[in-house]
Amino acid sequence: MATKVIMPQLGESVVEGTVTHWFKKEGEPIAEFESLLEVNTDKVDSEIPSPAEGVLLKILAAEGETVKAGTIIAWIGKPGESLGEDAGGGSVHAVGETALAAEATVPPARSVTAGRDRDLGFISPVVAKLAAEYNLDLTRIQGSGQGGRITKKDVLAYLQGGAKDEPAQQPAIWETPGEGDLFRPTELMFPGGAPPSTPPAAPSQPQPAPPASGSRVVAHSAMRKRIAEHMLLSKRTAPHVTTIMEADLKRVVAHREASKPAFARDGVNLTYTAYFAASAVAALKAFPQVNSSWSDEGLILHGDIHLGIAVSLGEEGLIVPVIRHADGLSLLGLARAINDLAQRARAHRLQPDEVKGGTFSITNHGISGSLFATPIINQPQCGILGVGAVQKRAVVVEGDAIAVRPMVYLSLTFDHRILDGASADGFLAKIAHVLETWSG
Amino acid sequence: MELSSETRLEMYWMMLLARRLDERAWVLHRQGRIAFHISGIGQEAAQVGAAYALRRGYDWVTPYYRDLALMLCLGYEPREFVMSLMGKREEPNSGGRQMPSHWGLRRANAISHSAPVATQCPHAAGIGLAIKMRREDKVVLTTLGEGSTSQGEWYEAVNWAAIHQLPVIFLVQNNQYAISVPQDKQMAVPSAADRACGLGLRGISVDGSDVFAVYDAFRESVEMARSGKGPSLIEARMYRITPHSSDDDDRTYRSREEVEENKKRDPLLINRRILEKQGLLDAAKVEEMEAKAKKMVDEAVQYAEQAPYPAAEEAAYPVYAEEVRRG
Amino acid sequence: MAEMTLVEAIRQAMDEEMARDESVFIVGEDVGKRGGVFRATVGLFDKYGEERVIDSPLAELSIVGVGIGAALYGMRPICEIQFADFIYPAFNQIVSEAARMCYRSNGDFTVPMVIRAPYGGGIGGGLYHSQSVEAFFAHMPGLKVVIPSNPYDAKGLLKAAVRDPNPVIYLEPKKGYRLIRGEVPEGEEIVVPIGPARVSRSGSDLSLFAYGMMHHYALQAAEKAAAEGIEVEVVDLRTIYPVDRVTILDSLRKTGKALIVHEDNLTGGYGAEIAAIIAEGAFTDLDAPVRRLCGPDVPGVPFSHPMQDWFMPNPEKITQAIRELAAY
Repeated sequence: MATKVIMPQLGESVVEGTVTHWFKKEGEPIAEFESLLEVNTDKVDSEIPSPAEGVLLKILAAEGETVKAGTIIAWIGKPGESLGEDAGGGSVHAVGETALAAEATVPPARSVTAGRDRDLGFISPVVAKLAAEYNLDLTRIQGSGQGGRITKKDVLAYLQGGAKDEPAQQPAIWETPGEGDLFRPTELMFPGGAPPSTPPAAPSQPQPAPPASGSRVVAHSAMRKRIAEHMLLSKRTAPHVTTIMEADLKRVVAHREASKPAFARDGVNLTYTAYFAASAVAALKAFPQVNSSWSDEGLILHGDIHLGIAVSLGEEGLIVPVIRHADGLSLLGLARAINDLAQRARAHRLQPDEVKGGTFSITNHGISGSLFATPIINQPQCGILGVGAVQKRAVVVEGDAIAVRPMVYLSLTFDHRILDGASADGFLAKIAHVLETWSG
Repeated sequence: MELSSETRLEMYWMMLLARRLDERAWVLHRQGRIAFHISGIGQEAAQVGAAYALRRGYDWVTPYYRDLALMLCLGYEPREFVMSLMGKREEPNSGGRQMPSHWGLRRANAISHSAPVATQCPHAAGIGLAIKMRREDKVVLTTLGEGSTSQGEWYEAVNWAAIHQLPVIFLVQNNQYAISVPQDKQMAVPSAADRACGLGLRGISVDGSDVFAVYDAFRESVEMARSGKGPSLIEARMYRITPHSSDDDDRTYRSREEVEENKKRDPLLINRRILEKQGLLDAAKVEEMEAKAKKMVDEAVQYAEQAPYPAAEEAAYPVYAEEVRRG
Repeated sequence: MAEMTLVEAIRQAMDEEMARDESVFIVGEDVGKRGGVFRATVGLFDKYGEERVIDSPLAELSIVGVGIGAALYGMRPICEIQFADFIYPAFNQIVSEAARMCYRSNGDFTVPMVIRAPYGGGIGGGLYHSQSVEAFFAHMPGLKVVIPSNPYDAKGLLKAAVRDPNPVIYLEPKKGYRLIRGEVPEGEEIVVPIGPARVSRSGSDLSLFAYGMMHHYALQAAEKAAAEGIEVEVVDLRTIYPVDRVTILDSLRKTGKALIVHEDNLTGGYGAEIAAIIAEGAFTDLDAPVRRLCGPDVPGVPFSHPMQDWFMPNPEKITQAIRELAAY
């Protein structure tokens, strides 16, 4: 008897998911727990393991399709097995391996019609007509209308840009001009985790100039759009102020060198990030007003410390998984949590709930060489700690001597509605102090 | 001007022809061959008397829906009436667009009218105004029932005619009923002519069963109007012998006795007696007229039944003057 | 060239037509010695006499009804209804008689007449001196409904209306009588044909359809929007019945967006007809829902200033609607 594959509920608040990729084609064999597909919710991408061993008999939710949690999205069974009445799509028939493999190869051409489109938002009648006339792939046109809607002007600008005669097929990625990745603004690295308390008002933004001849418009990914929305929301919501200090990591470096082998025996890679997390937890305990959120009714002081750690996903964007109850964890516990979250984030295996509920965040932009930066607050938190690259520098030490020390710049970007400069500096100084006086 | 014997007989003939034609319309309706008829039976004397006082084809008329006899006097042909009953293409009122008895005859200067009552009265005042502006000696006759004198349209038209002393004659055919509502529920004065007095024009009330009495009243009024001495209102009293229309049942609001009593004042009877007294008419002459009338009505029905309907697409025009197609 | 006000252009048109054709005459309340309450007929009584500039009794239906009769006789009456708000007593004569005469007589009788009526709010006139009545008449085949927005069109359209063989409702934006000024060539026969709309401003971002006073405001709003980088195409409908579908659809196909402005109430207002024309004729060219900016659905323009302002569309409200539609 065939086994159903259903769309899992990937978090308490998550009611639907979008199939972003099937790792197997219909007719291909699969082992139990082998990754079968990747699902995107409004929070994260997750890989879904196969519930059974056998052959992928039938895919009911194509890539790009969004279905409610609990919906049957595929069947797994023996080759040629007949599917039950509820096999979906009314296709009750015996399926053979060969036939299935052949069926799955050609995705149907997509015709554009006016109305709501799952990915593109509202397609107006004239945009639908133009798309049909010029055989356009609307996903490649950047929308400038309400909610990112593709307007007639967008399409005309795109057509004027010489796109008319381009083949419908996406060119190789290396054909796409770079975007100045040599220095990536820190703000863009931070997507934030918690949903905004109020829906963002439609920003009135200046229209970008239409792409010049030879330029191309690359459609935003869903993650890119969410990052953009969240960054705009945060900048509109909180008056950002950044304060910067530096810390001498001599003791931290020494402690890390000494402890690494022991941690490795426990299967944990001890990173500097763990130290910064630990020092931040200590400072948050000393300055509870930083572990807070602004509300019009009053300042919400959070009882627990849930620490967000920004994890870069490379080209895709980034994500901020949350170490819950970080104040209850030792350095080992923190390091293990950071390892685990980072690995699963990169593998798209985070649970949606794992990116929610942070009360303070850390971004270690030093990983990519940055010395200091002014990150954007992850709403609705009060502040974010930015950590630069650890760098040996000549510094003046006690007794007016010059010494070479592993130094790091620490920046604290805070919500000026909640904190003033002095208290923010006190908090940041506490972090620096914990690091400089690390006693393990 | 004294009427000649020939003219007197001709006036009777017009009344008789109108009556037989009207009666045939009732028959056609009860036979299911036409959809609707609204009758002028009992009102022929007033209409013929008025018509014969006009220079027909020279003066202008804004009629109302009971004016079959008046229209026949203006040159409307029996076959044209039956074609209008049947909605045939050639009917001259409207080419089949309007219900029957919604007159309009360009060649007779008889203006097309609608169904909301008294709307034709301001048109008559306007025509009178134009005649006066052009210093012409035409007159305008507008006809209406006594029910229409309750309308503001009538009042405003009479007021205009009086203010500007326009050559307009208002013929109120007082047949006692506005569908089912008797005169005493329509006005607090004994005569529609009384309504004119307060507006500053002559109001005359005549026996509408006596075609020659009506003619005499009109003769005087027409002469005054033609010579610039202003408008008149003439109420012709009569009785509506038939129900309001082919769809009405007058038993619901009046007794058969009342109707029978009033049939004694049937203008056909009254005027036959007058002419017999004058030695102009006898049974043989009447029989001759009746035979002629029957023949004409038969031929009219025959012609109309064979006449073509308008093409459906003709309904699309002429909405505007630019779209008028002749022939 | 002479610069003149809207009401002067209207008066000049009547004067010229009366001089040209003896069958043209004016009838209405206070049009004679007084020259009309808005002074539209000033001087004409003295020039043409009381027989051709006739003071009517205070009874609107007879102004129109008598006009119809005279027109049936071959005259060319210009009937003035003092305020469009007072036209309803004449409604039956206009829609039952004048409009249907040609059709119901199979072309035997026609009614060449003009019914002039000052319409519109924003002048402190309250419920009964502010109404916009165009939608009632633009529903009626047999009538032509003309609404000028500037002195040139006012003169040219009125002269065309007088010469038209059909009944023409000529609605005058009375707030603009002296507010709207414009060049009108002198010594030149100006006849603006009834029917064609006019693209009064070219633009690519959206089409704004208006007439009368609202067209005047529409141009002002379009200027403001242009300063913000929004190019509005403004279409002055001029004749709303029969309406110029071709110009409406051409403009919509160019811009993909439609904003319709009138001061008459929204529901069942003339904007609904334009919206329907667009929906039927250019659905696949639409890039945004059709937007109507109209008077709200209350039964009149209130007298008190703050409430009147609430009711009336104005350049600011139109500009805001332009912004919103442009951003869609």
